[in-house]
Amino acid sequence: MAWDSFKRIRFRKKKEMPGGLWLRCPDCTAMVYRDAVTELLQVCPECNYHFEISLDERIACLLDEESFEEIETGLSSADPLEFVAVKRYADRLVRAREVTGLEDAIRIGYGTIEGHKVVFGATASNFLRGSMGSVVGETFARAVELATRERLPFVFVSGSGGGARMDEGVLSLMQMAKTSAALARMDDAGGLFISILTNPTMGGCMASFAALGDVTLAEPKALLGFAGPTVIKNTIRADLPEGFQRSEFLLARGFLDMIVSRIEQKSTVGQLLDHCRIQAPA
Amino acid sequence: MADELEFEGPILKLQRKIEELQSFAESTEIDLSAQIEELRHRCGELQREVVDRLSPWERIQLARHPQRPRFLDYLSQVFEEPLELCGDYQSGEDPTMFTGFAKLAGRSVLVVGQRKGKNTKDRVLYNFGMSHPEGYRKALQKMRLAAKFGIPVITLIDTPGAYPGLEAEERGQAHAIARNILEMARLKTPIVCVVIGEGGSGGALGIGVGDRVLMFENSYYSVISPEGCSTILWKSGDFTEQAAEILKLTAKDLQGFGIVDEIIEEPLGGAHKSIPESSKLLREALIKHLDELCELDQEVLLEERYQKVRRIGVFYEQGRLIAAGKVVEPATSPELS
Repeated sequence: MAWDSFKRIRFRKKKEMPGGLWLRCPDCTAMVYRDAVTELLQVCPECNYHFEISLDERIACLLDEESFEEIETGLSSADPLEFVAVKRYADRLVRAREVTGLEDAIRIGYGTIEGHKVVFGATASNFLRGSMGSVVGETFARAVELATRERLPFVFVSGSGGGARMDEGVLSLMQMAKTSAALARMDDAGGLFISILTNPTMGGCMASFAALGDVTLAEPKALLGFAGPTVIKNTIRADLPEGFQRSEFLLARGFLDMIVSRIEQKSTVGQLLDHCRIQAPA
Repeated sequence: MADELEFEGPILKLQRKIEELQSFAESTEIDLSAQIEELRHRCGELQREVVDRLSPWERIQLARHPQRPRFLDYLSQVFEEPLELCGDYQSGEDPTMFTGFAKLAGRSVLVVGQRKGKNTKDRVLYNFGMSHPEGYRKALQKMRLAAKFGIPVITLIDTPGAYPGLEAEERGQAHAIARNILEMARLKTPIVCVVIGEGGSGGALGIGVGDRVLMFENSYYSVISPEGCSTILWKSGDFTEQAAEILKLTAKDLQGFGIVDEIIEEPLGGAHKSIPESSKLLREALIKHLDELCELDQEVLLEERYQKVRRIGVFYEQGRLIAAGKVVEPATSPELS
């Protein structure tokens, strides 16, 4: 392959060069040409590692062009615990809003995928690590209720290294119940939930809505699990096997329907939407 | 004494003094009953004061107290004729999670609870109260069985968390918990959940969705253990006390958030001071709530259960502060302007 010669080039001082022509894949450590990565929707051409992408990029690669109609909920996070540890939650929120330009770690809206109208949503893994507090839980529940009411398929892309947001304490934990309860009602009403898991989806998000798809897809090599690898390592006091908690690991153990590369996701989800038509109420 | 907690010091000192006076009075036949009575009264007051002032971290110590009544104590003292049911009907048997039928004041119930053990052998057998995925699957399988026959479900929660181990991940810990949460939200029978000791995160919530959620006065319920919080936020295990403080994990906190419906008072000084008394209080609370829930029409029951979890959360909506489904602060938040 043409990239082989480039693979040997090692820039030891910088892990990656934002804005540069080249970047280093965090998985296979190869130096790859940025344009080639972009062309593959932010996927490493060497090893198929899927870089984390922004919500705008996600919408662009999964939904039909210009089909996304965002639903503005007007929700924003409060600081109910007045949470102050090393940093204040209130400050962390302000900073996250500045950096991402988002109000919180979730966006929802209508859209079409291969012509099928859906309610779509996704978490932003760059907003406080995609963690779920009251706003994420509430927004998710509203999207599910909307899809149920309008008998539309619900497609949600999870990316949450943070799981339940610690800064909102047990209120965050209870969002697991809120999101799951909404999904239970959608299921009772014959709704369809396609859950797409991306790197990383952990903790309270994985142990609630993300694991509850009627059909579940994952991007290659995504870290997916309940407890973080460090916690598990400390519990069992041993090294973890290669590929532990990765998509391929979950697929082999029966917890995923399929692993789908980003570039094929739109057509695969389109196929699923074509198969699983929501039935008229009895 | 190893089981003595630091904040109990002054109370125990006073109690010892009372005992000394008593034996002195007996041996010398001098009448000290007035003084002893006075000291007893002061001791009671002091206990009440100390208990009211307990910090979250001190309450966690009570929740984890080695002598605290555990699931098996309550199983034998609250319920009649327990009949254990094993197995998740899929792949295994998790001894941590107990499931079984029992009678409560003449009524059939399904009891689900986490066993912890009081000696080293049992603690190891019950994996320190940390369930594997099989435990959650077993709980769900038995809850479905109960629902089929209209039997109410009672869950007694006492876990530091679901087991964070390699095999637990391999066998789908996250999936097992998620599935339980979803199914409990729509299970067609009344569910009462009680946190009797530790309410450790997803491990607790995996058997924790119900029509009523109760907590013992000195139990805690948290998104993460204070130890975990300290390690993540301060990069050190030395800040557990502060972590316990900021996480707002006491029964009173949860009642304030609208998550907990009732706090079960404990005997003065903690549930371990009298297991029969604690059991009696739990039994009364369970009977009261089941009596109410069993009166409800199933549709109403399920709708109220849904609204109960649906309301939980605190956020701004168009500048108004909403908490537990109600507008608490109509003023525009500065963040939105």
